[in-house]
Amino acid sequence: MPTTAVRPAVTRRAALAAGLGSVLAAPAIRLSFGQGAPIRVGVLHSLSGTMAISETALRDTVLMMVEWINARGGLLGRRVEAAVVDPASNWPLFAEKARELLQVAKVDAVFGCWTSVSRKSVLPVFEELNGLLFYPVQYEGEEQSRNVFYTGAAPNQQAIPAVEYLMGPDGGDAKRIALLGTDYVYPRTTNRILRAFLNSKGIADADILEEYTPFGHSDWQGIVSRVKRFAGEGKRTAIVSTINGDANVPFYRELGNQGIKAEDIPSVAFSVGEEELAGIDAKPLVGHLAAWNYFMSVQAPANTEFKQMWSNYIKNPRRVTNDPMEATYTGFRMWAQAVAKAGTTAVDPVREAMYGQKVDAPCGYAEEMHRNHHLSKPVMIGEIQADGQFNTVWKTPAAIPAENWSPFIPENANRRRG
Amino acid sequence: MSATLASPAPPRAAAARNVLRWVLIGAVLLLALLPVLNRLPLDSALHVSDFVVSVTGKWITYAVLALAIDLAWGYAGILSLGHGAFFALGGYAIGMHLMRLIGPRGVYGHPTLPDFMVFLGYRELPWYWWGFDHFPFALLMALAVPGVLAAVVGFLAFRSRITGVYFSIITQALTYALMLAFFRNDMGFGGNNGFTDFKELLGMPLNTPNARAMLFYASLASLLGAYWLCTRVTRSKLGRVLVAVRDAESRVRFLGYDTTRIKLFVFVLSAVLAGLAGALYVPQVGIINPGEFSPGNSIEAVVWVAVGGRGTLVGAVLGAFSVNALKTWLTSVAPDLWLFALGGLFVAVTLFLPRGLIGLLRRREP
Amino acid sequence: MARLIRAVLLLLALALPAAAQQDAFDAAVSGLAGGFNQQAEAVERLGALGDPRAVPLLRALADGRLLKRPDGGLVPPGEAAPPGAEPVRVNNRVRVALRGALGRLQLVSPDPAERLAAAEAVFRSRDAANAPLLEAALARESLPRIRSQMELSLAASRLVAADKGAKRAAIAALGAAGSTDARALLLEARAANPALAAEIQTAVAAIDRRLSLRRMAETLFQGLSLGSVLLLAALGLAVTFGVMGVINMAHGEMVMLGAYTTFFVQEALRGVPWLLPWSLPLSVPAAFLVAALVGAAIERGLIRHLYGRPLETLLMTFGVGMILQQAVRTLFGAQNREVLSPPWMQGTLTLPGGVSVTQNRLWIIVFGVAVLLAVLAAIRLTRFGLEMRAVVQNRRIAATMGIRTGRVDALTFAFGSGVAGMAGVALSQIDNVSPNLGTGYIIDSFMVVVFGGVGSLAGTLVGAMTLGVVNKVLEPWAGAVLAKVAVLVALMLFIQRRPRGLFALRGRAAEG
Repeated sequence: MPTTAVRPAVTRRAALAAGLGSVLAAPAIRLSFGQGAPIRVGVLHSLSGTMAISETALRDTVLMMVEWINARGGLLGRRVEAAVVDPASNWPLFAEKARELLQVAKVDAVFGCWTSVSRKSVLPVFEELNGLLFYPVQYEGEEQSRNVFYTGAAPNQQAIPAVEYLMGPDGGDAKRIALLGTDYVYPRTTNRILRAFLNSKGIADADILEEYTPFGHSDWQGIVSRVKRFAGEGKRTAIVSTINGDANVPFYRELGNQGIKAEDIPSVAFSVGEEELAGIDAKPLVGHLAAWNYFMSVQAPANTEFKQMWSNYIKNPRRVTNDPMEATYTGFRMWAQAVAKAGTTAVDPVREAMYGQKVDAPCGYAEEMHRNHHLSKPVMIGEIQADGQFNTVWKTPAAIPAENWSPFIPENANRRRG
Repeated sequence: MSATLASPAPPRAAAARNVLRWVLIGAVLLLALLPVLNRLPLDSALHVSDFVVSVTGKWITYAVLALAIDLAWGYAGILSLGHGAFFALGGYAIGMHLMRLIGPRGVYGHPTLPDFMVFLGYRELPWYWWGFDHFPFALLMALAVPGVLAAVVGFLAFRSRITGVYFSIITQALTYALMLAFFRNDMGFGGNNGFTDFKELLGMPLNTPNARAMLFYASLASLLGAYWLCTRVTRSKLGRVLVAVRDAESRVRFLGYDTTRIKLFVFVLSAVLAGLAGALYVPQVGIINPGEFSPGNSIEAVVWVAVGGRGTLVGAVLGAFSVNALKTWLTSVAPDLWLFALGGLFVAVTLFLPRGLIGLLRRREP
Repeated sequence: MARLIRAVLLLLALALPAAAQQDAFDAAVSGLAGGFNQQAEAVERLGALGDPRAVPLLRALADGRLLKRPDGGLVPPGEAAPPGAEPVRVNNRVRVALRGALGRLQLVSPDPAERLAAAEAVFRSRDAANAPLLEAALARESLPRIRSQMELSLAASRLVAADKGAKRAAIAALGAAGSTDARALLLEARAANPALAAEIQTAVAAIDRRLSLRRMAETLFQGLSLGSVLLLAALGLAVTFGVMGVINMAHGEMVMLGAYTTFFVQEALRGVPWLLPWSLPLSVPAAFLVAALVGAAIERGLIRHLYGRPLETLLMTFGVGMILQQAVRTLFGAQNREVLSPPWMQGTLTLPGGVSVTQNRLWIIVFGVAVLLAVLAAIRLTRFGLEMRAVVQNRRIAATMGIRTGRVDALTFAFGSGVAGMAGVALSQIDNVSPNLGTGYIIDSFMVVVFGGVGSLAGTLVGAMTLGVVNKVLEPWAGAVLAKVAVLVALMLFIQRRPRGLFALRGRAAEG
């Protein structure tokens, strides 16, 4: 689907105002759109509180896509409008706002959530009211709702390939792994899966260090020295980090200052992208790794287009793109295609139309939505460069389907199906 | 401010109070109508959406919390910045019950263990989860745990005559410490995710209009009950001593009153009410997690009381409703600007309306 | 000296037939443009060839400066970049090879710093083939520091060699060195040399004894470092709360403003490259001024109307904090801002006895103490400090003595806020510069001030350091969270016992 020459005429603020206006009152202008009432999408991302750091960029991405689709004549001949709310990093508020979007603003689809707990909080609401949520962040799996489309990675699309890489000759033949994470469900689950995986590869529990820290942990001196000590046991050691957004900056600073070089103890992170690196001096971190399904540095026509769109929209050359933004973009495109195919925005037909949708994603691969509500995605491992970008050092030859129910979790055998 | 409240009301004020009473009764009736209006057909002009019912239900529980804070702060001068902790503990107790009720309907189908325990490799239920499959026990715990905690903290603090800002800082540290502790997955309370995906309560499937209406009425009844209880306490002789303690604690002590015990009683009662509010809150919002312990939440709840007008009980309720309604509205209408508006409101109220919105109403009376 | 080295290298090179040498060199160099595996092999070969021409090439490759033409050919370093040239990318495997190869090539470099780095690099590459090189290098090395590193590296190389006697000596040498790296090497060798297990065990045990002492010193340092962060965060509060009795919930936001000022100064200095490394010291007065001005505005505009009502002040400043946070978010965006560390704050410093401390933490401790002294001096030695103390002790009498108490209040609050702003400069070096920066420190700051004793700066110092050290001592066996919870609970209990804190003020001032 070529989308050349998208030059949005509306400014960001105007788009915002339009988004707000749609909730408050009928918007003033309906240009060349057909008779139908506008199609509404809800944007459920925290704009204040601790998660604003990560989530505001996703709000901007959705607004950019709304502008994009309207510039192309809207959907089904109707204008698309965004209803933006601020759940303020407050999990019960997420549920309340989800209900408000679905029942009061009467949106046709919602793009939102970042943390797992926010998703868990809104899930019952979407299931009760039969809404549609597009969730754009890599997560721990162990979930599959008919009302949610997961456009981020499941653990098998991120964590396991990354650890395999660390254990291979290119990654440094790691025989000992330190699993560092923030104490919440995503790291706990990922590390549980990784431990089972490592055990299956012959790495004993004694060679695995698992450490959890609270959100926003800022004093990493003790843990980094412990990792150093752990690495001093005569086996090649690597760090697998599921440290959440905010705590990464102090973590990497400490890593750099304690002189842990990627040549000695390489680390691979699953929650550190271009946006997080924008807050750190990346020079001491060159060579440390991150595993994602997209990097801003990917060379692909679809990515060039995506980046162009973003820089046109945000008008700030220093703002980067990252994996969850790409997943938002892909999810939005897929939703638009599914609506066009179904000829309606009603949830059930759109859900049916979503299955099998394909989008040439900015990661350079065609991603397909499967019946398990997850995308097939390529896995990429990138090395941090001095400029805060990633250089892809390894990637899967093709997009791989998601295993949202991990085979490494024995309880999944008893799982209730349906 | 304190003087006018403690002294017998002059006739004009009495008239104003009468008007207020009728307004209040009207408001309660209107509230009670909401779940009924919710049942009207969708195209009816009077139809009220589920959203309105559930969000109002939530505000009612906030109003109970505000009452609890007002009782301690407005009457006894005990400003706790940790009431969110009592609220959250009450919520956790009911949350544990709700988790037990999920039973084998969890993702992993374990008959007794909640999903997160199965997942973290628990073999059996920890001892502190025993008994929570019975509703009366859970409800008792929702009230008793905050009460006992308040009794311990209050006893230690009041005995050492820790007052004013020191007490505030200690209670703030208390809720902060609890938040950190509950964030730990190893505590056995579900860590950061807390409890979600509740199925039923008292045999009623949640997420149905019926259940919402029942919870709504339960909350409304609790609000009325709590209001009645607080009025009884504050209008009694004890209430007058409380106000005296607030305004001149040493003098009351020298008059022979055991101020420690009096303050302890009020603080514990207040904590129990906060626990009740939390217990009503959780089934309605469908989630409880350690974020409820965050110190900011507690301060915000105190601000509701300040905005409404402390030391008036009605003011606390009014404040809880108005601030939260404003917040709900602004976070949708002005998602980028609402913090300015809310922050500005807090500043303006403390500067210009030391008696809160209620003070504004009363001043306007002829 | 340099000439001699060149002669030796030349001799080495001449040992092989010159033409074959040239071919091998060219072939290896062309491999640098290939895939990662090819690159790693090429780098290793270049290291083995010992041709000094490889040094600039390899160094350029390591720094990402080596360019590749679109046709795949390499651009020699120093030449102008042709159009379409892209830097040659490497991965960690290549980096490890690079470090080893550069180490071997630079062991005889004329620059002592390069020789030292080379000796360390060779230590890490654990290659038996390095032993003869190291022996040759040792023979002409005169600097003791480099010699000892070379000897260690030689021991490391011999540990993987075939000669058993040499291995024994190597084990003893490594055991005497007593570093974590040496320990790792020894343990690595244990599996390969079951016959020497006992010797290795003794050496490792010797290292462990020294390490445990060192670890205690490092824990103490970490505790003091955390303590100094707490001290910095709390000092401003010690002034506004401790001296004035104002509960400023927007205190954390003052710290945050200081951090953003640091960012702003850094961006403003980007146009002046020679000043850029000094942007951090320059930020200190700037952050003080910005936070102080905002503080003065808050005091004059809002707080002064609420004196005597500390609880209302608390609620109002909570609202002010919300506004400041959102204002910064609107102005600078919600994303983290990057504040660079000047070179002198990066890396670790090894103290005598092998205790290694991170430079940035060390500087923050120094900075914390400096700010404390400055605050003390301002209160004790200046006219403003005198007036401030007078107003605190007895406002009315101070006023009758001609002190403009309103002005003193504003200045005091501005001063406290400014100190918080300076703390922000330090925190920009270890934490996120984001709108939420301050919220994480507010409760800790209050606890420090109350624990130390309200109104006592010495108490704040002792309180902060005690909390820092206790936290770090508890952390290894309780975990970061439980350690903090335990400290908080202990604090609450302590305050119940001694409501006035460690250093209780006596007299009227304490009755606030």
